Amino acid sequence: MPEIHNYTLNFGPQHPAAHGVLRLVLEMDGEVIERADPHIGLLHRGTEKLAENKPYNQSIGYMDRLDYVSMMVNEHGYVLAMEKLLGIVPPLRAQYIRVLFDEITRLLNHLLWLGAHGLDIGAMTIFLYTFREREDLMDCYEAVSGTRMHATYYRPGGVYRDLPDVLPQYQPSKWHSRKEVDKKNADRQGSLLDFIEAFTDRFPGCVDEYETLLTDNRIWKQRTVGIGVVSPERALQLGFSGPMLRGSGVEWDLRKKQPYEVYDRIRFDIPVGRTGDCYDRYLVRIEEMRQSNRIIRQCIEWLRANPGPVMVEDHKLVPPRREEMKADMEALIYHFKLFTEGFCIPAGEAYAAVEHPKGEFGVYLVSDGANKPYRLKVRAPGFAHLSAIDEMTRGHMLADVVAVIGTQDIVFGEIDR
Amino acid sequence: MSALSRQLAEQITQHFGDRLSAVVDAVGEVTVEVPCAELVAVATALRDEASFHFEVLIDVCGVDYLHYGSDEWATEESSSSGFSRGVNAAEAGRMGVDTRDLVVERPRSTRRFAAVYQLLSIRNNRRLRLKVFAPDDDLPVIPSVIGVWSSANWYEREAFDLFGILFDGHPDLRRLLTDYGFVGHPFRKDFPLTGNVEVIYDAEKKRVVYQPVSIEPRVLVPKVIRAGQVESVDLMQVVQAAPDAAVNGD
Repeated sequence: MPEIHNYTLNFGPQHPAAHGVLRLVLEMDGEVIERADPHIGLLHRGTEKLAENKPYNQSIGYMDRLDYVSMMVNEHGYVLAMEKLLGIVPPLRAQYIRVLFDEITRLLNHLLWLGAHGLDIGAMTIFLYTFREREDLMDCYEAVSGTRMHATYYRPGGVYRDLPDVLPQYQPSKWHSRKEVDKKNADRQGSLLDFIEAFTDRFPGCVDEYETLLTDNRIWKQRTVGIGVVSPERALQLGFSGPMLRGSGVEWDLRKKQPYEVYDRIRFDIPVGRTGDCYDRYLVRIEEMRQSNRIIRQCIEWLRANPGPVMVEDHKLVPPRREEMKADMEALIYHFKLFTEGFCIPAGEAYAAVEHPKGEFGVYLVSDGANKPYRLKVRAPGFAHLSAIDEMTRGHMLADVVAVIGTQDIVFGEIDR
Repeated sequence: MSALSRQLAEQITQHFGDRLSAVVDAVGEVTVEVPCAELVAVATALRDEASFHFEVLIDVCGVDYLHYGSDEWATEESSSSGFSRGVNAAEAGRMGVDTRDLVVERPRSTRRFAAVYQLLSIRNNRRLRLKVFAPDDDLPVIPSVIGVWSSANWYEREAFDLFGILFDGHPDLRRLLTDYGFVGHPFRKDFPLTGNVEVIYDAEKKRVVYQPVSIEPRVLVPKVIRAGQVESVDLMQVVQAAPDAAVNGD
C-alpha cells in the first residue's frame, strides 16, 4: 500500500468551477477535505466607497454590477433604502413593473445557476438549454432599459419608463434568411407584455425539459444527494437566506413574510426542502422558477388592465420630461440641479432588504442629509453562504467541493463588492 | 414609526433598562445603541430570550463617523467662481497630504468608529439594529460576537479589514477583501478614494512593482447638505394625488 500524504491544494483563482475568482486553500487528507480556507477579494472594487463619493442617483448603475446575474434586484434593494428615508411610495403600476422584473431576474439568475451548476458536475446539455431561455429574458431587459444586463431601470420614485408597445425585430441578413427571421420575430409583433406572456406560456414546458434531464438522472443524484448537508439550526446560525435556508426546511421568504412592493397582492407558494443537501436546494430552485412564472403571469394581467404613471411627479427627485424642459424655465432648473448636484436625503439610517434570487440582499444606508450617502453597506447573500463553505465541505471529497460551490450559487461581484 | 416598531422599542427599553445608551425608533426600524462592555451580554439575551429571539445575524457594518455632517460646499451663497470649482475635498489627500484642515468641520458628538449589527428574528418576524461605538478612536476595539452568532466570523473580518476595528475574541482576524500585504484600512474616511499605491509593470526590472499613485484626487460633485430640501410628508401627498400622465424622464 502506498502511503498517502496530507497536502495542501490550491483551488483557483483561475478555475472553471470556481465561479469567478475564488481561491480556495484546501487542506486534504488523501482526497478528503480537512479544512477549506477561501481567499476572496480578488474582484473587490470598493463599490461602497465609490457610492459614498457620488450623488445617490449615480450609484444605481453600480448596483447592477454587484451581482451581475441578477441586476435589477440589486437596484431594487438600493432604491428601496432611498425611498424609505425619503418617505415616498412609487405609483402602483411602477410597483407591479418592479415585481415583474424582479421575477424575470429571478428566472435569469436561476437559469444561469442551473446551467453552470450542471456544467460543473458533469451535465453539459442543460447549459445550452438554459441559455436558450435566458436570451428571451435578456431581450425583455433590453426592451425596457436599452441594455441587456446593466439596466439602471429602477429609480427612486418608480421606474425609468413605462413598458414599450413595440419590440425590436430581427433583420434578415446573409446568414439568416427571411424565413428564419420571421420565425424568430413571430412573438415580437405585439407589445412587451405580449412577448413576456408568450414566454410564460412555453416556459413551464422548458422547466419540464430540465427536470427530464436532471431530476431522476442517476449521475445527478449521485453527485448531489447527501452532499453539503446543513441543518436548519446551523443554517440560521450561519446567516443563510434564500434557497440555501429554504433547502434546509426553514420556510422563510421575504416576499411572503415581510412583503415589499405588491407581493402581498400576489398568489405564490414557497417551496422548502427537507434534508438540506444539494439535491434539495436544486429542487427548491426549480420550483421557484415555476412560482416566478406564476407571479409574472399575474403581473401581466394587472399591468394590461391598469395603465397609469410609473414615476412620482416630484421634480426634486425625478427629472422633468424633455418637452417640458424646452418650454418651462422651472423644469430646466430642476433638470440642471438634479444632474449636477442630485437630491439630498434627510439625515437618518435605514436598512432595506429584498428577496434576491440568492437570498436576502440588503442595503444599509446612513445619510447625514447630504446629496451623497454617508455610508452604504451592501449585505450580499453569497457572502454569508461562502463563509460557511469550510463547514459544508469538511469531510467531503474534492469533487464535492465543486458541487457545494455550485449549490451556493456564488457570484463574485456581490461577495467581493 | 409603525406600531410594531414602537412596541419592540418599548419592550427592549423595559427589558434592558439603563444598560443601553439609546433606543431610537425611526422609519419603522429600531436602533439600539449598546455600550461596548455590554455588547456580548445584550446580544446573548437578544438571541435567547423568547420575546426577542433574534436567531440570525444578518450583517455587521463598520462605520467611520469622522466627517459626519460636514460638507464640501464652502460658499454659503453662489459665487463667481461657480459651483464645483474651488471646493476642497472632505477626505484626505493622497500620500498623507492632509487637506482636512481646509474642510468646514463640525464638532462630532460621538466617537469615531462604530459597528452596526442587523439582527433578524425568524420566529417573531422582526428586525433590530444594534450599534456599538468603539471607546478609543486610535485603537478601536469591540468585543466579538462570534460566540453568539457564527455568521459574525467573516463580517467581523471584513469590518477589521476595511475600518481597522479590532474584534476582541475573534479567533482568526485576518484581512478578507483587500490584497495580500495591503497597507491601511480603505473605507476609513481619511483614506483617499484613489488609494495610495498603484501597480505597474516595470520594463527595466522586468517585474510588477508598486509605486505612489499618479492620479490626482478630485471632487466631481461636491457633497452638499441641504436641510429640509425634501420633506417626506409633502411627497406622500404628491403620491396620493396620483397624476394621470406617465413620466418619461430622460
